[in-house]
Amino acid sequence: MQAEQDSLEKVVCETEVEIKNADGLHMRPAMQFVDVANQYDCDVTVSNDENSVDGKSIMQMSMLAATCGTKLKIKVEGSDAEKVIGVLRELVEEKMFGEPAP
Amino acid sequence: MKFADFVCFKAAIPELQARDRNGAIAELVSSLDKAGKLGKGNCKEVIRAVTKRENEASTGMGRGIAVPHVKHKAVKDVVAVIGQSSAGIDFSSLDKQPVYSVILLISPVDNADNHLQAMESIFKHLQHEKFRKFLRQCRSISQIEDLLREADESVFV
Repeated sequence: MQAEQDSLEKVVCETEVEIKNADGLHMRPAMQFVDVANQYDCDVTVSNDENSVDGKSIMQMSMLAATCGTKLKIKVEGSDAEKVIGVLRELVEEKMFGEPAP
Repeated sequence: MKFADFVCFKAAIPELQARDRNGAIAELVSSLDKAGKLGKGNCKEVIRAVTKRENEASTGMGRGIAVPHVKHKAVKDVVAVIGQSSAGIDFSSLDKQPVYSVILLISPVDNADNHLQAMESIFKHLQHEKFRKFLRQCRSISQIEDLLREADESVFV
């Protein structure tokens, strides 16, 4: 019963992140993002000014063409949304995908 | 950015002879070189660089598509070439399926944004099943060119 209630509970978290590594969201960072997102059951949506894409799809994420300095909106829906959005924000802004800043 | 801005149509290979990943990369880079896109004497080095990048992480993105790429001083602007394989090539893709369309991209070393814009144009279309299917059905250079020019006019999106 408890589990059922939990699964019905839909938490939605949103945050804005800035791409800080010099080369931007090219394929390797995009793959890292998608890999992390896919470790969770939540829905992950990433948006720039023009498009909203599935944060679990490498093809769609590659479409964002987010250059260094670009701000992206991340929206996570699901029971552990709060945790997932923290992990993704850390990957983009703090770990900078393990890449150098400009 | 449009396909016509960076895809070298005349270098397209409607049916790759190669049956493996490294062979396909070599064939496509050589084709770009023959089309005069890589400057003098860079061909072998570019082949090595693309292969090295591919060894680090596969660009086989699933759904029959691979996008091998590298930044190299041989080019001043992004240039891409398309190759097709009806037999399919093993690219160690994410979905472990063979690759039927290879889009190989060489980007300048000092322009990360240019590279990202080219990738954006490529995936804007490749994420559509219809486009992937049409691309796979192309059997000549002119069919590939027509398809990409139509895509530039947003017929599919």
